[in-house]
Amino acid sequence: MSATNGLTIAVPRGALFDETVELLAGLGLDTSELRSNDRKLLFEDIGVITMRPSDVPTYVEAGAADIGITGKDVILEQVGSHDDQAGREIYELLDLGYGRCTMVLATKAGPDPAAEALRRLGVMRIATKYPRIAARHMEQTGRQAEIVEVKGSVELAPLTGMVEAIIDLTATGTTLREHELVVREEIVVCTARLIANPVAHKLKANAIDELLERLRAN
Amino acid sequence: MIHPIPSGTRDVLPDETREVRAITDALRCVFERHNYGEVYTPALEYESVLERADMAEAKPAYRVFDESGATLVLRSDMTVPIARVVATRYPTVDPPLRFCYLAHCYRGVRPQRGQPRELLQAGIELIGAPAPVGTVEALNVLCSALDEIGLADYKIGLGDASLYPSLMASLGVPVELRPQLLSALAGRDFVSLERDLREIELSTDDKELLLAVPQRRGSPDVLDASLGAVADATANMRDVYELLTPDVAGKVIFDLGLVRSIGYYTGAVFEVYDPALGAPIGGGGRYDELLGRFGRSLPAVGFALGVDRLHIALMGEERGTGARLP
Repeated sequence: MSATNGLTIAVPRGALFDETVELLAGLGLDTSELRSNDRKLLFEDIGVITMRPSDVPTYVEAGAADIGITGKDVILEQVGSHDDQAGREIYELLDLGYGRCTMVLATKAGPDPAAEALRRLGVMRIATKYPRIAARHMEQTGRQAEIVEVKGSVELAPLTGMVEAIIDLTATGTTLREHELVVREEIVVCTARLIANPVAHKLKANAIDELLERLRAN
Repeated sequence: MIHPIPSGTRDVLPDETREVRAITDALRCVFERHNYGEVYTPALEYESVLERADMAEAKPAYRVFDESGATLVLRSDMTVPIARVVATRYPTVDPPLRFCYLAHCYRGVRPQRGQPRELLQAGIELIGAPAPVGTVEALNVLCSALDEIGLADYKIGLGDASLYPSLMASLGVPVELRPQLLSALAGRDFVSLERDLREIELSTDDKELLLAVPQRRGSPDVLDASLGAVADATANMRDVYELLTPDVAGKVIFDLGLVRSIGYYTGAVFEVYDPALGAPIGGGGRYDELLGRFGRSLPAVGFALGVDRLHIALMGEERGTGARLP
């Protein structure tokens, strides 16, 4: 039996990559090529496929990978709210603990411009890469907001006056500080999660449970 | 000219239709052979009528108004319309009643592979046959149908909708916290379940049970390893299992954490899995209280298969993409 029990595992490139590779190495997987070849996507001999973190739920839900690792932020963003049934059909099996970040609402320092906009204009404008998380947070806190989806550096949006606030993920707060932004609200703490395809979870139960046990013991 | 059609719907052209027809013809044959009579019901129903059922996640998503201002919905399954038919058209006929259908249902889902908004379902309803014999008959018909169309590697996950609620009750989980745990379980989110359990005042052993029991799945051993707290539910599962023929029993995986998204299930629930498809092909279960809501209280069981998903799984098995299982 291979180190991943014959399972295909979706591994996120990017911020979670190094710790994920460490985790897999800890399970006895030969990760040398995974570390050395960052252009390769499919590592069939070790049952690993690599992709951007936001694609991991897609591959796992479709069954192209049996299990996968991605951030809670990605999962939350892809889970539907009550008015949009976009929820992913995946199992969330384990909090792996690493990749710890906080989803925050931040604005420029000084008097809170978002609160002022809400009071005087009835709505605050929020730039984010996580439109669903942002919309849900504003809805749950009973405030009106216009969500502006951006793809790149979110910090730019309040500095140019396009929005009053941003909702983004921060690990150390350094980027926020560099742009003179301050955290006004902490929304949710996000860590890396182990997810599984619902059919694989039943048909490959032993392989998945055994792997889960070794991960818990780590 | 290109004219669009709504997201999640599609046209079915002759090559595909021929293949789908081969599947639906075979399913009809099996259903008829087991004495299930085919019915058609309107795709549009009064919302006030279908609302009698607890559909939870799968409730109708599309509404229109008729000329008198009444709210009509596009049905989201066939079980509830057939419950209406039984109460209305068969108020005095002696049970058991056996019906089958091949019908389009409509759901407000995120369209993806094998999950359209207009989906063709094939299924049966067995009305007036209690557990375990009724459940066993439904599983037999299910396996005959899947065998007949040539699906080879499928498995049937068998659980019990009452299992987790009775586990929570017997361990004394406060009533107000139960929906939250059940919702984490239905959302397949064991991380949230574990976190929510941490907040509850219970012994560590009980918390471990509440987390571990719904993750037990596999051979009949999972029933043996179970405990007093879920004895009723596992006894029900064992009763069903003992009445199954060996070939059907060989297809069953026990799953103590199986939760279906539809709200009306009361006892045994099941889902069909095939390694060639990443999502269940269909499922069903007992709904012993649904008929009573329509005024004719009878125990009942049924299943529905997604014809598109069956088609995808069949083609996957044919191409060998389903052969990845050890």
